Amino acid sequence: MNLLEKLDAAAAARKAMLPDGVGAFGIPIEEVYSATEARIGDRRVILLGTNNYLGLTFSPECIRAAHEAIDKEGTGTTGSRMANGSYFGHRALEREFADFYQCQSAIVFTTGYQANLGTISGLVGPGDTVLIDGDSHASIYDGCILSGADIIRFKHNDPADMEKRLRRLGSRIETTLIIAEGIYSMLGDQAPLAEIVRIKNEYGGILLLDEAHSLGVLGETGQGLVEKVGLLREVDFITGTFSKSLCSIGGFCVSNHPQLDQLRYVSHPYIFTASPSPATIASTRAALELLRKGSHLRKQLWDNCTQLYARMQETGYQLGPDPGPVIAAILDTPQQALLMWKSLLEHNIYVNLILPPAAPEGKSLVRCSVNAAHTPEQIKYVGDTFAKLYSTIIS
Amino acid sequence: MSESYDEIMQLLCDRLSSMTNSSVQVTADTNLISQLSIDSIKLLNLIMEIEDTFDVSIPINALADVQTVRQLADLVQKIKSAS
Ligand SMILES: Cc1ncc(COP(=O)(O)O)c(C=O)c1O
Repeated sequence: MNLLEKLDAAAAARKAMLPDGVGAFGIPIEEVYSATEARIGDRRVILLGTNNYLGLTFSPECIRAAHEAIDKEGTGTTGSRMANGSYFGHRALEREFADFYQCQSAIVFTTGYQANLGTISGLVGPGDTVLIDGDSHASIYDGCILSGADIIRFKHNDPADMEKRLRRLGSRIETTLIIAEGIYSMLGDQAPLAEIVRIKNEYGGILLLDEAHSLGVLGETGQGLVEKVGLLREVDFITGTFSKSLCSIGGFCVSNHPQLDQLRYVSHPYIFTASPSPATIASTRAALELLRKGSHLRKQLWDNCTQLYARMQETGYQLGPDPGPVIAAILDTPQQALLMWKSLLEHNIYVNLILPPAAPEGKSLVRCSVNAAHTPEQIKYVGDTFAKLYSTIIS
Repeated sequence: MSESYDEIMQLLCDRLSSMTNSSVQVTADTNLISQLSIDSIKLLNLIMEIEDTFDVSIPINALADVQTVRQLADLVQKIKSAS
């Protein structure tokens, strides 16, 4: 088989698994009306599958900042952070992140994916070890592979399993990086951070926490899981993304270790790519300010999440273990999940469909992402629709 | 106290047979992917089990070169004798 024939074979296998499922991925969104509504085909749908947790995509402050930056600084930096791509805004945003997390250093990357690639591959290399949660995001796996370090997985959110595998590393613990996530994107569950920190402090190692989904969502000022459980000082490196609560694109790493700065000189995902555009940086800075002051947004978000989670649970859906902005209904088969997804779209609700092997343990998920801008009416309509579909599709 | 190579091989064949419940007889030369259709997630979970059984750390990046049951047994044996 040549290279193109291999792709044909993979495409055929994909189509055979779910002949009608082809349109579910990369669905064209024709027009976006607001943080919660868009047009798909000729339907005006409720967006319940975005990562826009604080609902800030149309915030006037962010839009104004982006406009001004384009007018003053142009559409792109056309260069790497290492060369001509570190404008005032990039450096200011780094200072603002360092201030937000009360730590010494912060680095801005072009995407959250690259923040993980760049941080992990900058911290560990061949001969070192990474001990990662088995359900880690692909950006964490890819960062580990790029680094050349030995990759050991522990069972998802299982501190005892993590402890066993860390202990087994013996003297190698000294060069081990442990990685977990604040909120896991598939089931919306949170890492048992207090336990992970206790184990790290007992055995050693360096801890990196990816707060991609928890930034803006958890903690009084939205720092993430570290703030919710009061362990900011115990986590060595925090990575995150601008593409969710901050409503743009980009990523960051913050740390109290001054050594973080050295990553700028060794990390390929930082160096060999262009820096975020001025408009992206400007809207992110405005969004970070709104996020920090956004207790009211978090309250609205959590009101929406707890309401929808409770409603779906009452209906009988099997859900992820923790209520939160990611609410995943776990279905028995890919066919059932596809039918649920299609029926929701027919009811003008857009959610994410996740089929094996993307979801843990071969599960199929219909995943809702709730945001602060959803109205109580929208949340009620979604809950009612899920209840109606439960009786036709599941029971 | 160290398990012999044969014991490692036996354990892998047993576990793989029960995981796949296919009609394929699992032997040293069985190909994990083309014959047993073990997907990457199943393989990663099997690695965790093997780590616990033999009390070793098996980096998943070392699996890149593993295609057959024998190659997997060789890897476990190599790591075990080094630890
Ligand atoms: C846990 C986690 N980390 C990192 C990323 C990457 O973020 P970005 O979209 O900025 O590349 C994502 C987003 O998909 C994620 O879910």
